[in-house]
Amino acid sequence: MSADPQKETGDIHHELHSHLPPEPALRVKAMESLLVEKGMLDPATVDAWVEAYSEKIGPKCGAAIVARAWIDPDFKARLLENGTEAVKEMETAGWAVAHLRVIENTDDVHNLVVCTLCSCYPHAILGPPPNWYKMAAYRSRAVREPRVVLEEFGVTLPDDIDLRIWDSTSELRYLVLPQRPAGTEGWDEERLASIVTRNSMIGTHRDLDPSAGSA
Amino acid sequence: MSRSEAGEIRPLARHDGDPVFDEPWQAQALGLAFTLAERGVFTPAQWSQTLGAKHRQILARGAADNAQTYYEAVVSALEALICDSGKLSADLLDDRTRTWRRAYLNTPHGNPVLLSAGEEAR
Repeated sequence: MSADPQKETGDIHHELHSHLPPEPALRVKAMESLLVEKGMLDPATVDAWVEAYSEKIGPKCGAAIVARAWIDPDFKARLLENGTEAVKEMETAGWAVAHLRVIENTDDVHNLVVCTLCSCYPHAILGPPPNWYKMAAYRSRAVREPRVVLEEFGVTLPDDIDLRIWDSTSELRYLVLPQRPAGTEGWDEERLASIVTRNSMIGTHRDLDPSAGSA
Repeated sequence: MSRSEAGEIRPLARHDGDPVFDEPWQAQALGLAFTLAERGVFTPAQWSQTLGAKHRQILARGAADNAQTYYEAVVSALEALICDSGKLSADLLDDRTRTWRRAYLNTPHGNPVLLSAGEEAR
């Protein structure tokens, strides 16, 4: 039998559904529209957040902070002493909802940041976290087998390097200050910032590559 | 030789280049969470506790450990906290979700989707 009325109906049904957003999208619309109607939410605020975090606030903000710390020892000292206050000196930071602590990589120390509870992250200076940061696999393995996780990201850490794991919370977020690579002497802030990767500020990248720097 | 060169699975690093948001609703959901936390509807600590718990629940039901599952947890956590705050009820949210679904189904593709298109004749 060639004509299957049920299949045909199914195809039409699919056509109709093709522009139907997925269930969670409808649920978000439901929450938003009800909160707006009840005067508990200004839709412009959510739109402004989405625009800022989709386009403006991202790892470049963090990279600018790192580059300034490399160039300006006083700023670096303030940053390590009180990250929350020091980043206010930058124009780029977004909406801070928590304290920020900046932890420095050295020849002997490597820092790795995780949120074992959910996905706490310094959004205000790095934008939304990468997908792997939110996955249960990262959140458990970064604590259980951090050196294997680092290997996955291409970081082979010698055994004599002290590996420190920092567990973010809703109250306290961490930013890794990576080491400035050799071969970048005399570079200006902007050029230095161009070699700072997002992952280096989370700790899943260690040795920054000067050849990535835009002159 | 690194693991990638050995051709082994690199489950985390494989996601390294993923876009920040796969779909606009994911950004809307996070934007809603930040906005409501700023307005004091819930505290950042309540948010992370609830998001963590919802995420674990969904994973325990066998969902894949990926961005889709994470954002489903974001939506569940938002609903739970909004309902707990007494601002909206779960029934009202379910009802409004159904109305939006009907609105999309009733609106020809390409036209703006208005909530009124999903309202049932009473």
